[in-house]
Amino acid sequence: MKLENMYQEIILDHYRHPHGKGLRENVDAQVHHVNPTCGDEITLQVTIDPENPDRVIVSYDNQGCSISQASASILFDQLNNQSIQTGMTAVDHMVAMMQRTEEPNEDVLGDGIALVGVAQYPARVKCALLSWMAWKDAAIQAQGEESHA
Amino acid sequence: MTLLDVARIAADFPILGRTVRDGQRLVYLDSGATSQKPRQVLDAEREFYEKHNAAVHRGAHQLAEEATDAFESARLTIAQFVGAQTDDIVFTKNATEAINLVSYAFLNATLKAGRGMSLPDGAQRFVLAEGDEIVVSEMEHHANLVPWQELCDKTGAVLKWIGLTDDGRLNYNDLETVLNSRTKIVAITQQSNLLGTINDVGAIVAAAHGVGALVLLDACQSVPHMPVDVAALGVDFIAWSGHKMLGPLGIGCLWGRAELLAAMPPFITGGSMIETVQMDRSTFALPPKRFEAGVPMAAQAVGLAAAVNYLNAIGMDKVQAHEHALTSYALGALGDMPGVRIIGPLDSRDRGSAVSFVVDDIHPHDVGQVLDEHGVEVRVGHHCAWPVCRRYSVPATTRATFYIYNGIEDVDALVSGIQSAQQFFGVSV
Repeated sequence: MKLENMYQEIILDHYRHPHGKGLRENVDAQVHHVNPTCGDEITLQVTIDPENPDRVIVSYDNQGCSISQASASILFDQLNNQSIQTGMTAVDHMVAMMQRTEEPNEDVLGDGIALVGVAQYPARVKCALLSWMAWKDAAIQAQGEESHA
Repeated sequence: MTLLDVARIAADFPILGRTVRDGQRLVYLDSGATSQKPRQVLDAEREFYEKHNAAVHRGAHQLAEEATDAFESARLTIAQFVGAQTDDIVFTKNATEAINLVSYAFLNATLKAGRGMSLPDGAQRFVLAEGDEIVVSEMEHHANLVPWQELCDKTGAVLKWIGLTDDGRLNYNDLETVLNSRTKIVAITQQSNLLGTINDVGAIVAAAHGVGALVLLDACQSVPHMPVDVAALGVDFIAWSGHKMLGPLGIGCLWGRAELLAAMPPFITGGSMIETVQMDRSTFALPPKRFEAGVPMAAQAVGLAAAVNYLNAIGMDKVQAHEHALTSYALGALGDMPGVRIIGPLDSRDRGSAVSFVVDDIHPHDVGQVLDEHGVEVRVGHHCAWPVCRRYSVPATTRATFYIYNGIEDVDALVSGIQSAQQFFGVSV
């Protein structure tokens, strides 16, 4: 059965026990992204450490299916306390993996490579990418704030 | 149970013979989104293209005559299906466009009146003033909600709505409090696409007409599934789509009272819909042509007429009885499942075949994915009725809808698929 390809145990673990879920106060940027076809939504925040601009703090709250929830938890693991450059590279790899133009890259995506099975189901790709697109949007906004500061 | 001969009917639908997801039998439970098409409909469209294709209402050659005749004969067949006069049926791209046609009649009448432009006789009742009111219900599909929101934004009219009861019915008490002399139109569904609720059109019409308001009925989930007669309903407009009733994609219908259609300014303008055209002004054709700009979808109209003939051959009362029996069975079967909660009326009284549900601790998307793996094709999400999900505090639902080609075994497949989802996600029940 193909289902196990999509719902690998590691995905279900992140879904049942999400990492880093919860919003913060006083953030540099906050975005709210929805998947209008199904109603999944995420509020995602980024905060650039004033002491170390290469340390970007990620926080989020979301509701939705197992794939969108697990993907956000994985994103937190991979991108919290990382630089914007690292994050942008990870987003590019995640998108390419979903478009099946690139093999899963564990060094960049960590547990995110377990989402590779989702690429087989075009209707669910948006679920997997929701949080990553939200992070990218928030990171760009935070960077803009930074350069204006 | 008064079930149809499903095996015989299904044999008419080529797509139902295919398999999905590695050889699974296709259990199609998404007819509320779009129905499958019998060979008779596909053949009618093909025959039109192979033998009669031409641009209708244009040219004087033989093919143009035949195409025009096929198109207008289709209009007659479709009109008779809902008890309407032929010229009171307008073909649109889909039901969404049919509803927009009416909302834009209000907007265009209001704009033109504001500029002192000439309007058809009787158009005054489509002219909105600041503070006039439009009434919908909380169970509307976005197609019968967003156009009215837009109309209000552009005209200063105010959107009001009739709420829902906890058991998934319209709150009829709101009719008295929400409707008043400022209400210009009540736009409401005959059957909810998410809850399955069938509304009491008679009560709505009495209340609306009592305050001088028009009634537009969204009949997308009713015309395909039950006998509908516009005269008996007493409404002023009904809108529905062809593709949910075995017909082709790309055609919808608006029926309106003749005197109202005649009083409405056009929506989409261009060729075909004119009477005379000069460089600086035009006059417009009588309905229905006034609302059918451009080369119309003749092949789709012919296909839709074939769908009507197909349904008539079965009998809409039998279609309704079949779906009622399936719905009762499904409500019982799902209602008995631990961890499954139905969103909508739990009893089959005044209820159509849309059965929405949530499964404890499994997101509807994930339920749908497991069902799909078993060949059971349902709809997941908010079903273009997001406010209904909010009303019942669910982010989304899984929805099964039944039609003439579904049998008891399809409901059983749904139940067993839900059990598989519960096992797969380790939900203890």
